[in-house]
Amino acid sequence: MFGFSRAQTIAFLVMVALIVVCPFILYPVFLMRVLCIALFACAFNLMIGYVGLLSFGHAAFFGMGSYVAAWTIKFWHVDASIAIVLGGATGAFLGLCLGYLAIRRSGIYFAMITLALAQMVYFFCLEAPFTGGEDGIQQVPRGKLFGFIDLSNDMTMYCLVASVFLGGFLLIHRIIHSPFGQVLKGIRENEPRATSLGYRTDDYKLIAFVLSSMLAGVAGGTKALVFGIATLTDVHYATSGEVVLTTLLGGLGTVFGPAMGALVIVTMENYLAQFGAWVTVTQGVIFIVCVLAFRRGIVGEIGGRLKINL
Amino acid sequence: MTDTILETDGLTREFSGFIAVDSVALRVRQGTIHALIGPNGAGKTTCFNLLTAFMPPTRGKIMFKGRDITGMKPAMVARLGLVRSFQISAVFPHLTALENVRLALQRARGASFDFWRSEETLRVYDDRARQLLVDVGLEEFETTIVTNLSYGRKRALEIATTLALDPEMMLLDEPTAGMAHSDVDRIVQLIARIRKGRTILMVEHNLSVVEGLCDTITVLTRGRVLAEGDYATVSKNPEVIAAYLGSADA
Repeated sequence: MFGFSRAQTIAFLVMVALIVVCPFILYPVFLMRVLCIALFACAFNLMIGYVGLLSFGHAAFFGMGSYVAAWTIKFWHVDASIAIVLGGATGAFLGLCLGYLAIRRSGIYFAMITLALAQMVYFFCLEAPFTGGEDGIQQVPRGKLFGFIDLSNDMTMYCLVASVFLGGFLLIHRIIHSPFGQVLKGIRENEPRATSLGYRTDDYKLIAFVLSSMLAGVAGGTKALVFGIATLTDVHYATSGEVVLTTLLGGLGTVFGPAMGALVIVTMENYLAQFGAWVTVTQGVIFIVCVLAFRRGIVGEIGGRLKINL
Repeated sequence: MTDTILETDGLTREFSGFIAVDSVALRVRQGTIHALIGPNGAGKTTCFNLLTAFMPPTRGKIMFKGRDITGMKPAMVARLGLVRSFQISAVFPHLTALENVRLALQRARGASFDFWRSEETLRVYDDRARQLLVDVGLEEFETTIVTNLSYGRKRALEIATTLALDPEMMLLDEPTAGMAHSDVDRIVQLIARIRKGRTILMVEHNLSVVEGLCDTITVLTRGRVLAEGDYATVSKNPEVIAAYLGSADA
């Protein structure tokens, strides 16, 4: 199905089943946060897992997507779908500008350039009047979807978020398994050889970066609608760091890893919130354990044990 | 000369004072196999890097099919039909052998940025890719992840990938280095077979391979052309014997 292997089809069906069943058991707003972060992590994973570039500035796309969606729906009263699309477009445009500068380098230099550029975006958001500075954009209405579906109901909103996530997930899957994705893998494996076969590798990397930042923008925009708020936290570098942690914990370069990582991280943030700063400490410890003991991440480790590609 | 396909004039590359390639005037005739030989550090690989634009020359000019290609981007040079292989085996290690070759074949689609299309689109290249794998004797490794192949087989795969582009001119950097004897014979036969309609410039250490295959030999030492001609002429040149063959006796 869609080029999924058998094991992946089963995993995908399990994931869909969980997405359908969970809101009846767990708090939908919590699940929506999981799904938004999961999409964000999947977008990030497209860069690190399939192009081999570690972006340390993905919060810029996530955050700007969030701001733009929040602003347009609050002040322009656009449709919820349009707000999310505009969030994605913002991410894509920003990704084009930042990526154009960053993709010329790789490894640590790429990470540092993306971090530096994302910090510039952060300070822009801190100073620019439309973001509301320290206050952020608050009390954003969820509005209506396609003009008639009222999203103020959590279950209705959940359906939208779940659809956006699954749409993004399948899009990434398609990208990876497209002719374009084949070239990306070639570049990840051996860039000079890809060049010698006549591929302009920078173009491919830039397009992948734009796609990744677009999906990060979509995730940010959706998140803004769910919580009715867009703040500086979304563009802060800690968010960039968290998505690295999320993806690593779930499994770099695996299809289902980022979603799994998002589930674990958001669950921790949610249910350990009463312990305050201990959440961060716990996350730090988990990160260290993950890097030392199971570097392939949760899903990567499961896949490795069962000798299947998840 | 009209039948010259690749020509360099005063090609020079300096690395902070060290001259790796020193005013090399190379002239490769269309349809021939031309060998570039010389002791280690003679500048052979640097020459390849310059010719395929992986490195800009400090001075000098490179003409390919009568067109000045000096300063072009490497991907562009490859598209013009001047395709190289690498000294260290250049494969895509975590893809299958078939995918490796197909990656070269799918370049024919032009700018393939179609991320919305299914992989199935690439199936049309599978037959051609299989044929190329048969040509280099790798038919049974079609679905093997390349990192698991032996060194000699990786080199063979690399040649198949280069051939997939159907280049007018191939630059092979030590195609038989590190290979078992039986593999060497197979590669030599392969090169003899693929030379039809093609020009090949190769760096090669194995002189029996050079003797059997090459029409013209250029000997480089310390970045300079020492001698040029067919095997018989070059191998009798006293300077060559001293600089290259002589060192083998010592």
